[in-house]
Amino acid sequence: MKIEVNQQGCVGSGQCVLAADELFDQDDDGIVILLRDHAGPGLRDSAQRAASLCPARAITLSD
Amino acid sequence: MTARHGTVIVGASIGGFTTAESLRRGGYEGRITVVGEEPHLPYHRPPLSKQILAGEWTHDDAAIAPVETISALGIDLVLGTRATGLDTGRRVVHTTEGELRFDSLVIATGVSARRLGQRSPLAGLHTLRTLDDATGLTADLAGAARVLVAGAGVLGSEIAAGLVKRGLAVTLVGRSRSIRFGQVGALLSPRLADLHEKNGVHLRLGLHVVRLLGTDRVAGAVLSDGSEVAADVVVAAAGSSPRVEWLAGSGLRIADGLWCDSAGRAAKDIYAVGDVARRPAASGTGSTRVEHQQNAIEQALAVAGTISTGFPHSPDIVPFFWSELYGTRIQAYGRFNGASTLEVVAGDAAEGKFVGLALCGSTAVGVVGWNLPRAFREARAQFTSGSPDIGERQFVP
Ligand SMILES: Cc1cc2nc3c(=O)[nH]c(=O)nc-3n(C[C@H](O)[C@H](O)[C@H](O)COP(=O)(O)OP(=O)(O)OC[C@H]3O[C@@H](n4cnc5c(N)ncnc54)[C@H](O)[C@@H]3O)c2cc1C
Ligand code: SF4
Repeated sequence: MKIEVNQQGCVGSGQCVLAADELFDQDDDGIVILLRDHAGPGLRDSAQRAASLCPARAITLSD
Repeated sequence: MTARHGTVIVGASIGGFTTAESLRRGGYEGRITVVGEEPHLPYHRPPLSKQILAGEWTHDDAAIAPVETISALGIDLVLGTRATGLDTGRRVVHTTEGELRFDSLVIATGVSARRLGQRSPLAGLHTLRTLDDATGLTADLAGAARVLVAGAGVLGSEIAAGLVKRGLAVTLVGRSRSIRFGQVGALLSPRLADLHEKNGVHLRLGLHVVRLLGTDRVAGAVLSDGSEVAADVVVAAAGSSPRVEWLAGSGLRIADGLWCDSAGRAAKDIYAVGDVARRPAASGTGSTRVEHQQNAIEQALAVAGTISTGFPHSPDIVPFFWSELYGTRIQAYGRFNGASTLEVVAGDAAEGKFVGLALCGSTAVGVVGWNLPRAFREARAQFTSGSPDIGERQFVP
């Protein structure tokens, strides 16, 4: 599963890091940093959770 | 759930759209119809008072999802159409374009901005809830120099900050003597007042607008202490009313929102999500209605889960919101009722970067972040691990 983030839209909530800290981090301004742009089978669910909880819908997943 | 099942969702904004998307992603095969009164594709409201007001974003930047993503979901998006009534017996929603039959109904009609009591509408008087409001307001600001913002809560504060960015002279009038910032209440008031004043906003707290000046076009306002403020544009950020007028006579319980249970059920097969939904409070007494984006999303995800599985999903959704003023990122997580002190646990308040715990007695009930988003997230995570009821937990830094 491919992961993309839109840093312009990100509001720094940290919701994604709470859901999947293997995939996401935040810089000092809170803006999302993508740690890996692919999620293997073990991380699909947490990637999905991060994307659906993001209040700015700044995370896009594709197969 | 079979393909013959049909869900109608009224309201095509973050709550309604997230419900539809989550139903599909969760494998719901029935027909999904989303009815929205606004003519626009679903868009985010938070940027209206931030990047859009400041002139930094176009309307397209605020889109909730790209057109291709929406089309791929296989939902009927019926825009520019208003629901006008509900017949729970026949399971029919009346709309300006005819009747829609449903097996499940999700009500996500949000709230509307309260207007200043005004007999005849004056030009130059605005509210900010929709994209069209933002377009009207920004067009009107072109020839303006002085703006009065009535209402000094989160929205009024953000509007004042956005107007300052555009180089306008701003007076911010607030009824309360303190700046009440959403669920955080007055805890941040001195810091917020300081921030506004440092950025040149003329703060008038403990006052309200008693009368507007001007004949065809607004020229200013008279405040409750008798003083006059000259203004070319007035923006009212004076609260909101739930959009339940179309449910009158439906038999559903309506009083400051649509009442539902902890799974969002207002009646059998009828649900409410987002700003319009009034739910039992987590404390067990009373009810709450939360007007934050994250709450709308989480309620939508849970209601979609309930519809597609048939099992009620009642997650404990702890309110979270963010705001941005003059580049300062303010975040809050928790239920702040009764909180009277803020204890700094990370950063340095004097340097304008800190995380504070809101205390009710010696119990931490919420976390506030002020320009320190990573530390805010870490503090907040300590609450979510373990008991979901942060009100009962003592925070150990
Ligand atoms: C300017 C602004 C800034 C904000 N900033 C923040 C922020 O920084 N952080 C945060 O957490 N929250 C913020 N919010 C709040 C957040 O936008 C709301 O919580 C969120 O939009 C609620 O979503 P909703 O889907 O429940 O309702 P809404 O977004 O209000 O959507 C309801 C939709 O239903 C439509 N509708 C109403 N009645 C009918 C009908 N009878 N028939 C058909 N359609 C109907 C409306 O036209 C509207 O499009 C902000 C809100 C505003 C206005
Ligand atoms: S959840 Fe979304 S808004 Fe929050 S930090 Fe992650 S990408 Fe940004």
